[in-house]
Amino acid sequence: MSFRLSYRADPGNPWFSWQYLRDNSDTLTVALRDHASLTARAVLIAALIAVPLAVVAYWFRPLAGPILAFTGVLYTIPSLALFAFIAPYLGIGTVTVLTVVVLYALLVIVRNTVAGLTQVPPEVREAAEGMGYGRWGRLFRIELPLALPGILTGLRLATVSTVALVTVGVVVGRGGLGQVIFAGFQNNFYKAQIMAGTLLCVLLALVLDLILAGVGRLLTPWLTRRSS
Amino acid sequence: MSVIEQAVVWLNDPLNWTNPGGVLDRLGEHLVLSAAAVALGCLVAWPIGLWLGHTGRAGGLVVLVANVTLAIPTLALLTILPLTFLGFGRPSVIVALAVFALPPLLANAYTGVRQADPEARDAARGMGLSGWQVLRQVELPLAVPYLAAGFRTAAVQVVATAALASFVNGGGLGQIIRAGFGLDIAAGGGQILAGGVLVAALAVSVEVVLALVERAVTPRQLRAARRGANRRAADAVAGG
Repeated sequence: MSFRLSYRADPGNPWFSWQYLRDNSDTLTVALRDHASLTARAVLIAALIAVPLAVVAYWFRPLAGPILAFTGVLYTIPSLALFAFIAPYLGIGTVTVLTVVVLYALLVIVRNTVAGLTQVPPEVREAAEGMGYGRWGRLFRIELPLALPGILTGLRLATVSTVALVTVGVVVGRGGLGQVIFAGFQNNFYKAQIMAGTLLCVLLALVLDLILAGVGRLLTPWLTRRSS
Repeated sequence: MSVIEQAVVWLNDPLNWTNPGGVLDRLGEHLVLSAAAVALGCLVAWPIGLWLGHTGRAGGLVVLVANVTLAIPTLALLTILPLTFLGFGRPSVIVALAVFALPPLLANAYTGVRQADPEARDAARGMGLSGWQVLRQVELPLAVPYLAAGFRTAAVQVVATAALASFVNGGGLGQIIRAGFGLDIAAGGGQILAGGVLVAALAVSVEVVLALVERAVTPRQLRAARRGANRRAADAVAGG
C-alpha cells in the first residue's frame, strides 16, 4: 500500500510574500494607522513645546545654554531607559510611548529653530524695529517666517526619527508597526512579516518627509523663486 | 513601597549584581557588544570617509547614508540580521549596532578632511607629496578633532542602542529592563527603574569619559576648532 503525500514543496520562509500582505492587510493597516497617528501626535506636541522654548532661548540669551543642555541630556539617555523611567508612573500604554517620543523630538526641533532664528539678518531685525514693530509683532511677522526653513528642517528630522523610535514602544505593547516586526520575530521568525513591518516603517518615514518638504515649499515660496 | 524605594532595594541586593545574568555580567556583555560594534564601524567608515573627503567626491552619499539609517528602526535590523547568514548570537547584534555608528563616523571623517586648510594641502602638493602622502601626513592629522568628535557621538549612540539588543535576547543591560517589564509593572517596577538608571548612567559616563579623551587627543592649537567641529559634524549628520 502506498501513500502519496500531497503537500506542495516546502513553502519556505521567504523575505517577501504578496500572499502575506493580502492575508494580513487588516492587521497591517491598523498597525500603520496606529504608527502614523502616534508619530503625528508626537511631532505636533513636540513642536508646540519646542518652538516656544526656542523663542525663549532666542530672546533671553543666558537661557539658551541651559535649554540646549537640558534637551541634549534628554537626548543622551537611551530610549529604553527613558521608557524604564516613565513606564512605572504612566503605566503601560499610549501615554508612555508619546511622552518618550516627544522628549526625544524636542532636541532636534529646539536646536534647528534656534539656529533658524539666529540666522535672521540683523539688518532685517533693525529695519523691523525702525518700522515700529514690537517684540511680538516682530516675532510673528518677521522672525518666525524667516526662521521657517530651520524649523521645517527640525520637524522633518524629528518626524523621520520618531517613526523609527515608535517601534521601541513594543516594550510597553504600543509600538505600531514595531508590534508587527516583533511579533514576526517571535512567531517562528516569520521573515515576510518582519520585512513587511520594516518596509512600511521606512515608507511611512519617506512619505511623511515628502509631505513636510512639500508643505515647506508652499510656506516659503520666496526660497523656491530665489533658487530657480 | 514606592517604585523608587523598590529600585533602591533592588540595586542594594548584592545577588542582583553577582548572580549569573546579574548586573556585572550584563555590563560586561553591554561593553563587549558596544566596543565591537564601534570598532567595526570605525574599520568601515573611516577609510571610506577619509578617502571620499580626500577626493572631494560623493558628499551627497554621506548625507544619504545618514538619512537612510535614520529612517530604519533599530528593532528591524536587530530582528532581520539574525535570520541572514550572520545567524543568531553576537555577530548579528554587533553588525546591527555598527550600522547605527556609521553616519557620525562617516560624516565626521569626510568633513574633517574637507575642512583641512586648502593652503596646507597646496603647500604639501607643492613640496612634491603624492596624494596618499598628503592624506596621511597633512589631512589626517588635521582631521583628528573631527574623527574624535565622530567617535564620541558614535560610541554614545551605540551604547544607547545596545540596550535594545535585549529585544532579541542579545544580552546587555537592557535585559534587566526587559525582565522587569516581563514581571509586570507592579512587581517589576523597581527592577525596571533600576535597569533604566544603570543604562542611563552607563551612557552618560561613556559620554563624559570620551569627552575627556577627545580633549586629550586634540592638539592645543586645534582646540578652538573643536567646538566648531562638533557643531558642523552634527549639521553634517543632520543633513544640514
